[in-house]
Amino acid sequence: MWTPSALLLLVTAAVAQSPKYGVGRPPTPDEIRGVSAAVAPDGTGLPEGSGTPAAGSEVFAAMCSRCHGEKAEGGVGPVLVGGQGTLATDKPLKTVGSFWPYATTVWDYVNRAMPFDHPGTLKPPQVYAVVAYILNINGIIGNDQVMDAKSLPKVKMPNRDGFVPDPRPDVGPTAKGKR
Amino acid sequence: MRDFKSSSRRQVLRISAALGGGLLAKQEAARAAELGIPLGPYGERSPFETAVRWRRDSKTPETGSSFTPLQDSVGMLTPSSLHYERHHAGIPTIDPAQHRLVIHGMVERPLSFSVAEIRRLPSVSRILVLECGGNSGSEWAAKTGPDVQRSYGLVSCSEWTGVPLSLVLNEAGVRRGASFVIAEGADACRMERSIPLTKAMDDILIAYGQNGEALRPAQGYPLRLIIPGWEGNANVKWLHSLKLTEQAYMARDETAKYTDLMPDGKARLFTYQMEAKSVITFPSGGQTLAGPGLYELTGLAWSGRGRIERVEITTDGGRSWVKAALQEPRLPIAFTRFRMPWRFEGREAVIASRAVDESGYVQPTREALIAVRGVNSGYHYNGIKLWKVYSDGKVTNVDA
Repeated sequence: MWTPSALLLLVTAAVAQSPKYGVGRPPTPDEIRGVSAAVAPDGTGLPEGSGTPAAGSEVFAAMCSRCHGEKAEGGVGPVLVGGQGTLATDKPLKTVGSFWPYATTVWDYVNRAMPFDHPGTLKPPQVYAVVAYILNINGIIGNDQVMDAKSLPKVKMPNRDGFVPDPRPDVGPTAKGKR
Repeated sequence: MRDFKSSSRRQVLRISAALGGGLLAKQEAARAAELGIPLGPYGERSPFETAVRWRRDSKTPETGSSFTPLQDSVGMLTPSSLHYERHHAGIPTIDPAQHRLVIHGMVERPLSFSVAEIRRLPSVSRILVLECGGNSGSEWAAKTGPDVQRSYGLVSCSEWTGVPLSLVLNEAGVRRGASFVIAEGADACRMERSIPLTKAMDDILIAYGQNGEALRPAQGYPLRLIIPGWEGNANVKWLHSLKLTEQAYMARDETAKYTDLMPDGKARLFTYQMEAKSVITFPSGGQTLAGPGLYELTGLAWSGRGRIERVEITTDGGRSWVKAALQEPRLPIAFTRFRMPWRFEGREAVIASRAVDESGYVQPTREALIAVRGVNSGYHYNGIKLWKVYSDGKVTNVDA
């Protein structure tokens, strides 16, 4: 049996949850896909498709090497290879291989922002392939490893554990540990 | 419109003719002896004013930054046309009639808003400073920047108008378990950042207005995030998607970039807040004092943590510090203009300002920052800036 107070509670909860202004409309699935390309570290958002380092080397030569160099050594665009073991030295080299903590970030960024002058033109298999190639030349995956929505989030980047939370204030009279 | 342009050109011609003809010798010419220019549809500054943004030459000018001429600023506001810019794939041209903002992910009711619909919601305006996370990044280098524009100019202060993000999120109904909002922009690189839900529900704005008019295209027209006190990059411009999620998405600009590398090789993640900072804008590097005598020494202070409590000034290289006068109102997370009369005796002097905010945080020296963070952290530099005034009145950085 519903008691009056239980009913009241139910009504109140429903009111608190309902929109107050009633402005805006539900988006269509296409509309959401059109505005959001976000890919999470657990792979949420990755589309179907797959690619290998070999296929990626062709995509890279055709679409990327003009800015990043033939061997990803850098040019107008940043260097994409090397640097592992340099982060704690006087001359740290931050690359996808040495610094980026998640392989999904590489996919997300290449997909949304590359090539620099024609962003968003690569198809998902091309993105998987070129990411596989970059991971491969950094020694992170083998020559025959296929990257897809299942395998990419499982790649452990060398610097995955290289990040710490913000400890500031870290200087001066209010620095943590000095209060 | 054509009339306005041609009359403005006529005025410039008249001025150059006057300058060429020895205007300064004829004092009476300071008063207009003929009709001035008529009314105009959109205002322009005096042709005698020349302050402009500075930008480094680049092979890819679509990604880069332009710096506010702080040395020419007065008061606490930055004109929209001199607001610093930082974008990563150029400035998109967006028709507001075609633009939509979509709220989706872990919400009860995904919602799509037109810009006109966002403008129907209850709005607020706030005067807030906006600072690039990489501002003063060159100051980590052995040789510090030569002038205030190039070394501290990726910061500006505007009045922003928009709708509280919390209002829009409540309208969509955030589901239990959501802890981040993934914001994405409609520029060519589709800028993406992860914003903690706690901040989203606190004081973030979905802004459409700046300094009394619509946002400028370079500032995110027609919609952008304004996140009080947080590094500029997180204030996603050309905003068109807000996805509620249970995790941060570790976007490129919050992992590979805008993280601070420490000497031990570890990097600080999500260093969103900009700490207290100040700089003397006059006299500053590149300027020259006309000669001994009285000057108003002035500058700007701000803090991502709240109000500026006090600003101290040294004119003897840090041996003694005195309190500067602060312009009121002192708004939280806004520029606070400071001022102090100073008599230049024609003797070499090293001058600097030091800000203290309402949390008690004291702007550190460059050396104190480096002692903790080394010189490779790249971002979030807020050290004290020293200027050297030479006996002939020239001003430079101290290691010029």
